[in-house]
Amino acid sequence: MKIGLFIPCYVNQLYPSAAIATLELLQKLGMDVSYPAKQTCCGQPMANSGYEHLTQSCNDLFVENFSGFDYIVAPSASCVLHVKDHLHGNDEAAAKEIRTRIYELVEFLTDVLKIENLDAHFPHKVGIHQSCHGLRGLHLAQMSELVAPDFSKPRKLLNMVKGLEITDLDRVDECCGFGGLFCIAEEAVSVKMGKDRVADHSKHGAEYITSPDLSCLMHMEGILQRNKSNVKIIHIAEILNSSSKSL
Amino acid sequence: MKSTLDHAALAEEFNKDEERVDWHDGALWWIRQKRDRSAHRTPQWEELRETASAIKANVISNLHDYLIQFESNLKKNGVNVYWAADADEHNQIVYNILKAKNINQMVKSKSMLTEECHLNEYLAERGIDVINSDLGEYIQQIDNEPPSHIVLPCIHKRKEEIGELFHEHLGTEKGLSDPTLLTRVARKHLRNVFLTRRAALTGVNFAVAETGEYVVCTNEGNADMGAHLSEVQIASMGLEKLVPERKHLGVFLRLLARSAIGQPITIYSSHFRKPRPGQEMHLILVDKGRSALMARPDFRESLKCIKCGGCMNTCPVYRKSGGLSYHNTISGPIGAILAPNLDMKQHADLPFASTLCGSCSNVCPVKIPIHDQLYKWRQEIVKQGYSASRKTFSMKAMALTLSSPEMYKAAGKTGRWILNHAPFAINNKLNPWYKQRDMPDSPKQSFGEWYAKNGPKRVDN
Repeated sequence: MKIGLFIPCYVNQLYPSAAIATLELLQKLGMDVSYPAKQTCCGQPMANSGYEHLTQSCNDLFVENFSGFDYIVAPSASCVLHVKDHLHGNDEAAAKEIRTRIYELVEFLTDVLKIENLDAHFPHKVGIHQSCHGLRGLHLAQMSELVAPDFSKPRKLLNMVKGLEITDLDRVDECCGFGGLFCIAEEAVSVKMGKDRVADHSKHGAEYITSPDLSCLMHMEGILQRNKSNVKIIHIAEILNSSSKSL
Repeated sequence: MKSTLDHAALAEEFNKDEERVDWHDGALWWIRQKRDRSAHRTPQWEELRETASAIKANVISNLHDYLIQFESNLKKNGVNVYWAADADEHNQIVYNILKAKNINQMVKSKSMLTEECHLNEYLAERGIDVINSDLGEYIQQIDNEPPSHIVLPCIHKRKEEIGELFHEHLGTEKGLSDPTLLTRVARKHLRNVFLTRRAALTGVNFAVAETGEYVVCTNEGNADMGAHLSEVQIASMGLEKLVPERKHLGVFLRLLARSAIGQPITIYSSHFRKPRPGQEMHLILVDKGRSALMARPDFRESLKCIKCGGCMNTCPVYRKSGGLSYHNTISGPIGAILAPNLDMKQHADLPFASTLCGSCSNVCPVKIPIHDQLYKWRQEIVKQGYSASRKTFSMKAMALTLSSPEMYKAAGKTGRWILNHAPFAINNKLNPWYKQRDMPDSPKQSFGEWYAKNGPKRVDN
């Protein structure tokens, strides 16, 4: 299967280890992965700020980079959701093709590859942060507001990891307060939301907070580090790829 | 009540007392949990939401016909009907009704519409005294503060603060904060109000086109007390409050109180249809932006709202910023999508007071895609020129950088270089990220740079 690896702008610049883990994990699973070198961003920072009309050239660049793959996979639920909902190009047929072929890593593993086991080892207590775009946008897990059967794709994958213990939360899918430019424009509320999320994980003994979205994790990491917490953040790809360190 | 500060500034003010934020957040989260339990005990919950949404879609699509039918049935029932285009017309109609009967005191049961119209102030200027009879509204009124929540108007006040207000205004003993005792004091005071007021105004939760009746839902029975003792009964309703037939109430009454506070149904669901002998009944149909909203296809669905307040209780931004920080009668996520329709400039900040987490849309009993509308309002506000030019400038710079792989690489490199070599440029008070958060560690190379050296094949199969 030919996979186009989409590494969102901030992951590329600030969290290359999560991108490397994603690449390695997909290759371990037999995928033919390539990383189009001219990719930049999905355009979400502009669009969520009300400037979707400025994203056209960004969109066209995205279409140019990611046309022709069987699937496009990214370690970021939020960016994937944005592409699925808002990618329109000069070549609308190609844009539509991408919208239907793009997957966030977790859902690609559970829904397309349908993996049932993983050779991964991560002997730690881990709290799952359900990113809102992953949860309510991509439906990676059941949403606590709905009266509907429970499921969780990230949990399913993490349960395959040897030694890993998933910790509880009082509020299973509350937003962390990142929210793109919200974290700057509404600094006070954003930080308070993040502090409360982090406290919930700490209270239940998590050593790591993981998520399919690094933007939430970046925000929580900033709060954890400022408060000299021992709790660390880690992208889910790095946990799922954790045994490949020996390769 | 109009504030010059925007949501972010008011929320920052609210967050200066963190212990209070925790208490406020906890109180509302408790209600959200009650709502969840109540929804989970209702097996057809999601089907009910779907049905309610469909009924409201039908109402909005055929509003003209239902309004005419409703008006004709009201008249058959002996109710006087009025149409008001805006707040001024509405307030004037109420004033004229009262003036014709020489009434200078009126009791009101909770009506967000009349709060939006600033009816109390309008009548006060003309020598007519209005008392809000809903306990929460009453507390807000004596404190001269607008409601912070449409269902729980004084949820931001602690019982000790209410005790202090009662001490000041109603002469209760200093330090009294027992909710039961305070309620008794208010009750005694309000009993006298009910007995002496000749006119009573209520809001409307649902109006039935088929029968010309309207339903008012309260837990305190205050709407009934006012209406039953009045010689002039007035109801003010927004055009969208209609349901086609009485049987549809079965859907909405099951959803309303469960969504609002996790209660199966409000204690009182009172149906008003005809005046008693010797009584006058008046009903005012108020547009106040509703037809303008119908003319905006992207936002029309917000007219489905039944004002349960569920979106406020679930919204983490609302819980951690307080209803008053929205500087609008209707606060929270629903307020943030309704307010820009009325005045886009004044409420340009509200659609941005959200992380777009989507929890609001999931609890909404009529399935308004609230967070999608917040996103769309952002686009609209920017297009109409109501966003800061500084922001527009930086967005254009960002768009330019991100549409050029070369510029993007250079910018990324520069950014990481600054983080590594000149952190003082970023780690300072002028950077809102850094105020209470550390900057991410900056890796030596980006993934792109790493891949150019190490890719594409990393793992042998």
